[in-house]
Amino acid sequence: MAEFTLPAHSKVTTGNVFPADSAAQNVKTFSIYRWSPDDDDNPRMDEFEIDLDECGPMILDALIKIKSEVDSSLTFRRSCREGICGSCSMNIDGTNTLACLKSIDDVKGDVKIYPLPHMPVVKDLVPDLTHAYAQLTSIEPWLKTDTPAPEGKERKQSPEERQEIDGMWECVLCFSCTTSCPSYWWNGDRYLGPAVLLQAYRWIADSRDEYTGERLDALEDPFRLYRCHTIMNCAKTCPKGLNPGKAIGEIKQKMLERQS
Amino acid sequence: MARSTNSMRTPLAKVRGLGSAKSGVHHWWHQRLTAIAMVPLVMSAIYLVFRIAGSDYNQAISLLQNPFHAAILLLLIITGFWHCMLGIQVVIEDYVGSEWGRITSIMIVKAILILLATLSALSLFKIVSI
Repeated sequence: MAEFTLPAHSKVTTGNVFPADSAAQNVKTFSIYRWSPDDDDNPRMDEFEIDLDECGPMILDALIKIKSEVDSSLTFRRSCREGICGSCSMNIDGTNTLACLKSIDDVKGDVKIYPLPHMPVVKDLVPDLTHAYAQLTSIEPWLKTDTPAPEGKERKQSPEERQEIDGMWECVLCFSCTTSCPSYWWNGDRYLGPAVLLQAYRWIADSRDEYTGERLDALEDPFRLYRCHTIMNCAKTCPKGLNPGKAIGEIKQKMLERQS
Repeated sequence: MARSTNSMRTPLAKVRGLGSAKSGVHHWWHQRLTAIAMVPLVMSAIYLVFRIAGSDYNQAISLLQNPFHAAILLLLIITGFWHCMLGIQVVIEDYVGSEWGRITSIMIVKAILILLATLSALSLFKIVSI
């Protein structure tokens, strides 16, 4: 059955406070989830007071500043710092997003930062995405054909056919949408979730792919696909402005189309 | 997320599990069809209820004995309980985690709804055949 309270060892406690320099004029507090597998402590919220006059504009700038100057043990994923790699997805100010695309000015009051919801935590802001990545592998996100590619040439696609995959190829697989979805929280072991279903439809919609039917077969399942109840948290939270809910709707429509 | 921690199966093996059920599209589509069908049915039924409220016993009986009126009510019973059954099944699948609990509760709910639908239909037949 559903669990309504956190297990005793997951209850979040208050943590340490790291005050800003007394000369700082423009101070903002970053309240950050901390948990380490190396001790038996419960998770805690550490508060870092940051002088914004000495910090870049994005949340990721603040995190990097904290790691370099205040507490080097703060653990988070980051790479490209411009919204392309999808590494720094986390829950900021109550919404899953990329820390590198979220402006500090957009957050009113203290900035609360948690790891992506409802995933096992590796450390601090790093969630364990093993299961989500396995789900991505399961939909075989690559071009599948029986016809060999033309000798020394690319497989052709008209501009109209190419447009069909717009709004899907842009996904950076940060899993902000998947971890915002209540259906994924309750049934993530079997429900594929919005990020993976968006990718599934990206290959269903690709005119060059020859395995559309097999792809639909693999998705036609009460749990893999039909756990989506168009809650639309996915589209609301996507830091790239994509709409996984629409892609899932398109998959459901294709399922129906081939029945009649 | 319910996940077994003591299994040594690979993550991909866990995700693939028992494979696709290759069903679900009819359940999804019938839920939508019954919802749309109930729009005119419920509106007609409300109209009938108002007509019945303003009549005496004999007028009410003869209203329901009109084949069109009886058909509306019978169709409403069928689509309403069917829609209800499909919807409650989704809720149970969403929130009941254990496989045993899920299958049992779906069977119990379906049995109760089939009984209620049959009773409703028989009551209507009884009025119609007075």
